[in-house]
Amino acid sequence: MKQDTNLKARIFKNNMLYIVVCVLSALTAIPLLAILGEVLIKGWEQLGWSFLTEATPNAYKAMMAMQNGEPVPGGIANGIVGTFLMLLLASVIAIPVGILCGICLSEYRGNWFATIVSYLTDLLQGTPSIIIGIITYIWVVVPMKGYSGFAGSVALFIMMLPLIIRSTEETMKILPDTLKEAGLALGGSYWRVMLQVMLPASFGSIFTGILLAISRVVGETAPLMFTALGGAAISWNMDRPMSAVPLLIWEFFNDPNLQSLIWGASLFLLTFVLCLNLLAKRIAKKWKI
Amino acid sequence: MQDKLFKALLILSAIVIPVIGGGIIYSLTMDASGAFEHFGFWNFVFSDDWVTTAGRESYGALPFITGTMLTTLLALLICIPFSLPVALFTGEYFRGKKIATVLATVTDLLAGIPSIIYGLWGFYALRPIFMYLNLSPQGSGILTAAFVLAIMIVPYAASLSSEFIKMVPSDLKEGAYGLGATRAEVIRRIVFPTAGSGIFSAYILAIGRALGETMTVTMLIGNTNQMPETLRTTGNTMASIIANQFGEADGLKLSSLIAIGLLLFLITAIINMIGKILIRRAQHV
Repeated sequence: MKQDTNLKARIFKNNMLYIVVCVLSALTAIPLLAILGEVLIKGWEQLGWSFLTEATPNAYKAMMAMQNGEPVPGGIANGIVGTFLMLLLASVIAIPVGILCGICLSEYRGNWFATIVSYLTDLLQGTPSIIIGIITYIWVVVPMKGYSGFAGSVALFIMMLPLIIRSTEETMKILPDTLKEAGLALGGSYWRVMLQVMLPASFGSIFTGILLAISRVVGETAPLMFTALGGAAISWNMDRPMSAVPLLIWEFFNDPNLQSLIWGASLFLLTFVLCLNLLAKRIAKKWKI
Repeated sequence: MQDKLFKALLILSAIVIPVIGGGIIYSLTMDASGAFEHFGFWNFVFSDDWVTTAGRESYGALPFITGTMLTTLLALLICIPFSLPVALFTGEYFRGKKIATVLATVTDLLAGIPSIIYGLWGFYALRPIFMYLNLSPQGSGILTAAFVLAIMIVPYAASLSSEFIKMVPSDLKEGAYGLGATRAEVIRRIVFPTAGSGIFSAYILAIGRALGETMTVTMLIGNTNQMPETLRTTGNTMASIIANQFGEADGLKLSSLIAIGLLLFLITAIINMIGKILIRRAQHV
């Protein structure tokens, strides 16, 4: 009889754990839905053609429009252009360097130099983004005597590099050695085998890694605050201060006159980042090694 | 010839990393030395002054170190009861099922949301709720920041823990089931002891993430430079004080802010290193 109640208690505990796990897991989805909902509902009306093609209004213009009861004119085109340019420059440098470094780490694995570089890559990946901002300020902004889009791209480059190195290295390690050996046995030179056999074979996951790296840094605000600084006009000049979408959100957050633009900009950024994420997931699934 | 060139190129690109890593430590130390020399290293770390008046300038890092520690630990405490169930859900109960993939996608997307949007959401949606519930007088403060921080680190802790839970050998679990154990007992007696060290390291890495989080905290913590007295009051973290004051700083203040940055960098580096070493050890068992 006693055993019977004991068994019942055990089964009860078992069921309780099951229910608790399911309920708490389901609760984790709430913040995602809440954030998406909030941004979508509030940002939907603002997002339009002019929002994407016009530059940010100055505070005075915005204030006048608000006093007259009109919607605040202008948009985030300066931010979109800035984000695009800085990201482009950062990617153009970070992707080749990152891939080569990743190949190096996987080729010389076990070697003391590769081990140190590998640890330092982890270190760099874990470095808070605000520190990257400070360091770019010291390295680029101070010597160049001014904030610039170029400094912003350097900061983004430092943030992207470890992510690309890691994904390349992990992929290269999974590839079977026989692939490389077959290439070499056919008489291919080392660099040809690496670049024309190994790299195409791992293209899918490296590409996924690159997309994820871009989606990570595109929303970064902290490293751009003391490097690119921001600017109200659409600027294609990398020598001058430059705006970016997350920087604009920060600006709107701090300026009561521009607050009505905040949700449209957030919706734009969020959509971009989440689409990149989902796309990367799909590619990873399709190109699985 | 071309092979040699290619190999040189490989090494050259790998040297970029030590150059950046060493450069960060060198530059931060150089620029922080002004503050350390002026106040003395330990004095700087343990002082809670933050006087910006010219002539009587005095800076100390203690309020911000405290703020960082408080928000991080509180975020960790709030994060555990959610990330552990998610890890069990995806790694044990519904492993390989479609619903687990759905939940994993949800947490991945949570991890992808930029921190400035978390900050906005916390400020406009969560802060009024905190005020209504009387959890903190101004709505913003250490508690609010830690709560949003917790949501941000759940994905990292959960996905990594889930990997380690999946790695528990199934013959161990089957042995326990064969002896008549229930699933809850298998989880408690087999899964947690076996995957424990891996799960632990996952939380260490989650701490590493929370320490340096900047924008969300800056928007939610209230930005006051005194020692935080309770969890309900406002404060500042090492990252948020830099974000707030770096732009208009120069001279001793700039150097002090960089010194705080150096401290933050060192703390995060140590925590991350411990986490990585533990993870490598857990993976090889």
